[in-house]
Amino acid sequence: MNKQRRDLLKYSAVFGLMASAGLISTAQAEEWNKAAFEGKSLDDVFKALGTSTPDKSSAVTLNAPDIAENGAVVPVSVTSSLKADQIAILVEKNPSTLAAQFFLPAGTEAFVTTRIKMGQTSNVYALVKADGKWAMAVKEIKVTLGGCGG
Amino acid sequence: MSDPMRVRATEKDGIVDVKILMKHDMESGQRKDAAGKVVPAWFINVLNVKAQGKDVFNAQFGPAVSKDPFLNFKYKGSKGDKIVVSWVDTKGDKRTDEATAS
Repeated sequence: MNKQRRDLLKYSAVFGLMASAGLISTAQAEEWNKAAFEGKSLDDVFKALGTSTPDKSSAVTLNAPDIAENGAVVPVSVTSSLKADQIAILVEKNPSTLAAQFFLPAGTEAFVTTRIKMGQTSNVYALVKADGKWAMAVKEIKVTLGGCGG
Repeated sequence: MSDPMRVRATEKDGIVDVKILMKHDMESGQRKDAAGKVVPAWFINVLNVKAQGKDVFNAQFGPAVSKDPFLNFKYKGSKGDKIVVSWVDTKGDKRTDEATAS
């Protein structure tokens, strides 16, 4: 038996496994997406995320209070029945629209909860990217006390 | 430099529920101090969570994430998974904390 050839086969099998397990191909966005976070309007952020206005979808659920007494701490939760690999939370009337963006590798559920600041009553957008396409849900949250200035 | 995070991970039916509470002021750059001067922005902007050495969650924050950020997410995993959470803020400060899924 040709030893070299055996070894080569072995190595290629290992690399194949690594690639399929996502060890090699995980080019995760480690770099902070400055352009998206500096977007001042919904359109700026949509553009920075590489999409036009996403379609509203019932597959995306945004859980948040109707009225937030304290705009400095607004709990928001995004879930989706889609196989999401990214989730973004946008607040339309904040000085910078994009609040947070999450990257979910395979095996992580399409679910995230966090707390955001809101300057004033505004629509909040939950965006979910699945299969290369963004979908979204919108909810208006009324803020009685702003959490940005002061 | 910065205070430790609180990381809690509990496994149920093959899903690990991870809750993270970071300690950070998350200064938005909008606030003014007593003298009327704008307090410069200073916030955590990149966060990475690994379980057993493999990425399970990556986040990027803007200044609109609340002070002492809280995160909750779920991934497919098992009891005893070693979870490593690390963040970097806009001044380049770093912090890494670990927890074990129970």
